[in-house]
Amino acid sequence: MALSDIVAAAQAAVAEATTPQQLDAVRVEYMGKKGQLTEQLKSLGKLSPEERPAAGQAINEAKQRVQELINARNNELKQAELAEKLAAERIDVSLPGRKAHVGGFHPVTKTIARIEAFFGDLGFRTVEGPEVEDDFHNFDALNIPANHPARADHDTFYFTPTTMLRTQTSGVQIRTMEQEQPPLRIISPGRVYRNDYDQTHTPMFHQVEGLMVDTDVSFTQLKGILEDFLVNFFEEELEVRFRPSYFPFTEPSAEVDVRRKDGKWLEVLGCGMVHPSVLQAVGIDSEKYTGFAFGMGVERLTMLRYGVNDLRAFFENDVRFLKQFN
Amino acid sequence: MKFSEQWLRTWVNPTLDSVALSEQLSMAGLEVDGIEPVAEVFSGVVVGEVVKCWQHPDADKLQVTEVNLGTDEPTTIVCGAPNCRQGLKVAVATVGAVLPGDFKIKKAKLRGQPSHGMLCSNSELGLSDDHDGIIELPADAPVGMDYREYLDLNDVVLDVDLTPNRADCLGIRGIAREVGVLNRIEVTAPVIDAVAPTTDEQRAVVLDAPAACPRYLGRVVRNVNVQADSPLWLQERLRRSGIRSIDPVVDITNYVLLELGHPMHAFDNDKLQGAVHVRMAHADEKLTLLDGTEVVLQNDVLVIADEQKPLAMAGIFGGEGSGVTEATTNVFLESAFFSPDAIAGRARRFGLHTDASHRYERGVDPELQRTAMERATALLLEICGGEAGPIVEAKDDAALPQAAQVTLRSERLARVLGISIAADEVTEILQRLGFAVTTNAEGWQVSVPTFRFDISIEEDLIEEVARIYGYHRIQAAAPAAQLRMIPRQEAQLTATSFKRTLLDRGYQEAITYSFVDPKHQALLFDDTAALTLPFPISVEMSSMRVSLWPGLIGAVAHNQKRQQQSLAFCETGLRFLPDENAENGVVQQPMIAGVRAGKAAPEHWSDGERAVDFYDIKGDVEAILALTGAAHQFRFVADQHPALHPGQSAAIFRGEKRVGYVGAVHPQFEKKLGLNGRTFVFELELAAISARAVPQAQPVSKYPSIRRDLAIVVKDTIAAGEILAAIENIGVNNLVSLNLFDVYQGAGVTEGHRSLALSLILQNPERTLEDSEINTAVAAVVDMLTSEFGATLRE
Repeated sequence: MALSDIVAAAQAAVAEATTPQQLDAVRVEYMGKKGQLTEQLKSLGKLSPEERPAAGQAINEAKQRVQELINARNNELKQAELAEKLAAERIDVSLPGRKAHVGGFHPVTKTIARIEAFFGDLGFRTVEGPEVEDDFHNFDALNIPANHPARADHDTFYFTPTTMLRTQTSGVQIRTMEQEQPPLRIISPGRVYRNDYDQTHTPMFHQVEGLMVDTDVSFTQLKGILEDFLVNFFEEELEVRFRPSYFPFTEPSAEVDVRRKDGKWLEVLGCGMVHPSVLQAVGIDSEKYTGFAFGMGVERLTMLRYGVNDLRAFFENDVRFLKQFN
Repeated sequence: MKFSEQWLRTWVNPTLDSVALSEQLSMAGLEVDGIEPVAEVFSGVVVGEVVKCWQHPDADKLQVTEVNLGTDEPTTIVCGAPNCRQGLKVAVATVGAVLPGDFKIKKAKLRGQPSHGMLCSNSELGLSDDHDGIIELPADAPVGMDYREYLDLNDVVLDVDLTPNRADCLGIRGIAREVGVLNRIEVTAPVIDAVAPTTDEQRAVVLDAPAACPRYLGRVVRNVNVQADSPLWLQERLRRSGIRSIDPVVDITNYVLLELGHPMHAFDNDKLQGAVHVRMAHADEKLTLLDGTEVVLQNDVLVIADEQKPLAMAGIFGGEGSGVTEATTNVFLESAFFSPDAIAGRARRFGLHTDASHRYERGVDPELQRTAMERATALLLEICGGEAGPIVEAKDDAALPQAAQVTLRSERLARVLGISIAADEVTEILQRLGFAVTTNAEGWQVSVPTFRFDISIEEDLIEEVARIYGYHRIQAAAPAAQLRMIPRQEAQLTATSFKRTLLDRGYQEAITYSFVDPKHQALLFDDTAALTLPFPISVEMSSMRVSLWPGLIGAVAHNQKRQQQSLAFCETGLRFLPDENAENGVVQQPMIAGVRAGKAAPEHWSDGERAVDFYDIKGDVEAILALTGAAHQFRFVADQHPALHPGQSAAIFRGEKRVGYVGAVHPQFEKKLGLNGRTFVFELELAAISARAVPQAQPVSKYPSIRRDLAIVVKDTIAAGEILAAIENIGVNNLVSLNLFDVYQGAGVTEGHRSLALSLILQNPERTLEDSEINTAVAAVVDMLTSEFGATLRE
């Protein structure tokens, strides 16, 4: 048989092979020890030395050609096999994924964290303190002596005449100033307590108070930092106004209102220049140093920020409420 | 302080409307909380006179009247009020009138009698809750006049929420002064002339406690008619300030209090014996107050007394035995200055709060007593008649507050405010405020008038200047400070880092009250004493928490009642453990706690459901302990806790210190706590888990690790944790990991025993391990398990 006929027959046989086994049989038929092309090589000996190189080259080319055909077919068969396997593994990708419960921070914690971040970036350190306080740290050191009318305004939960649940986190500032000299930049977030419970009051709520004491701290800076804070906290260019007020521990004092889209002024925080008596009570030279302090109700800010209407929701811990903040 | 705007405008009348005036006051620090009309909307009501009045022929309780409304013909009106009578002047709603509540008056027939209008009571006009018949107007009320005009009802009440320092504005006089300052306009006070005595009668006054009462003025007024009616204008001004008319004497003292901001008191002169003494009460001295309650006084309470008995708590509340009654004919008027220190806190101690105590404990002008006395005397004589005696004034000049002298330095003013205000403007502001000012090289020397008793230090003046200058004119500036980094300790874990891990594992952060229901707390912590609030919001919120569990369990119960079953909450916060050696008698310890109930994972189409169990929550605890980088330091030891299931609870130790608990809530409490099914809790002391090892890197071994599995059989009373710890403790060479991967009990394992499958992973950092080394190591483990725990290898 002519070499070209053998190759043509091999080509046809390769094309007919539909499994790796059949293909391998084709390989043996043509390329195996007794394969047709192998036999052809064996017959070279019968040729004259002059004819042998050309004939040998022709046979080798034929073998190479058949091997290529087998390889190509082999690839085709493997691809088909893989495709079949993959087709069998097809799944419904629209079925729901495997879920894990993931929770989130309480909205009050979120707000405190945002406040800490804004002030932390400016070098205000977060300090915390006890919630059962004595009257020195909660009142006296804050220029609210016994019998001061401001004490009556605090609706204090007393344990004894001299111990109580703190009504403000200012005691933390006193404790810090007792330990450290200026320059001081701190904020003190935490729970505070007032004996009042209705639509707009819960007996426990959260405050963040801030304090900066340094050689040249001024009211203009107090205005600057709080306007900066409020605009960043609400992420809108809102109007801010400072209204004269009174706190025993600051002078001058101010309440700060913001005007939001509805045009109404809303009180959001209280602030002022630290009263010299407060600095003196903790051994800070009030001639050398001045300071400002501010305090804000976290729940109120949270309500305004996220549109919460009922203060009490914060402490009912209904997961359907809490998950909205995740 | 609530007051009629019209009244204020008789003193000072700026060209501002009510809203603008309120805004101005608020921005000056006198916050206006409300602007309320003094009367509800009504129209068509006029002054009328009942000219005829007769019994309705067909109704016992009705009368038919003819009322003169100033028109040509009298109007027929049927009236049911018992005080309706001929000659009475009354407010009449005419046909077409609209009363509060959009009530329209129409022509009507009542039991056959035509009625063209209505005779009104105060309640029908929305002026008070008084249902006692129709309004009785004075005889001189002009018939036909519109009733709103007659009572000047087109007025508003301004409610100013005064801060405690501005007691000088607790009267029209003070508010008017402030309005004058803000608008740079004149304030016209009513002329108050001295009343010339028409009788010599007087009563001596002795100041026994001059520091507490350095000035006391008394005056006897004889033959007063306490049955007289207070004039309508006076009643109306009181009403608009929220004060009811009582009798003319009380009304007058209240009027002076509102007008001048100065409290007064009136005694029945005939009930006083001898001189009036202003003295401290004797210990345990008893006094019956005007409201009938008896108080037991202490010796720091100032009283007004006569020679026999205490008469009143000075500046706070009058006494029953000495007060003015319907039978009084001779009055002793008091106008005194009591030191705020002598009054402050006393009223509250006795559960009292009066208009007088409110002012005295904040302060009154120490020079105003005579003015107030003359004002009250004149009003008393005008309304009730009588003869006034001379004023008796007892005073102690040394004890009276002196006008404060305060220095304001321009340098300090600029430094505190951060702006420079022109010296002339500062001077002008101080002068407008009524301060006597001299300037010097440093700034200003200020003499403070007695009515601004709140001003005593330089900062007070800085605030006054800033306030009148206008906070809005003080620009904002960024604070300047030296840049210093905040220390951030890598070796210290924060509560937030623990919480974040829990949140990623499905917990929702909760915030629960620090005070809990003592009943629930006692169930869970029977042996732990708790701090109790003596005056809580409610009993259910009266016990300071000794653990975060009661609050968290409460949150679970609250949600389960609302169809939320799979729940996981965590919380950080203080627990409060009474300890007399701790500051303020209580250890306030930061804790982290969690609670889980319901399903272990969200329901999914591919997996079966499983209820949360002990190992779920233990895994959560292990996850947060792993943050310390020292998880091996922690042990879980089976332990009893009153709150927990005795077979499913563990104490958590770090080294030898117990740092927390984990377990199932004791099933017998589930129902009592409102829980629906098995609930798991944990709690850890934050301080005990916050220390974290800063990593010290070791090279990663390049050599292969070898795993050897062991299946051992041990008695099932032996804790697996002890076996694992024992293996760790014997210090097997090259052991890098130990894992318990199977626990089996049942067929093939002796009763009372269980099989534990352990994997040991061995690796050397510097070379490939020889078989012989591995075998030696494993043999050491097996030997130890055999000898220590009686373990056998499972075939």
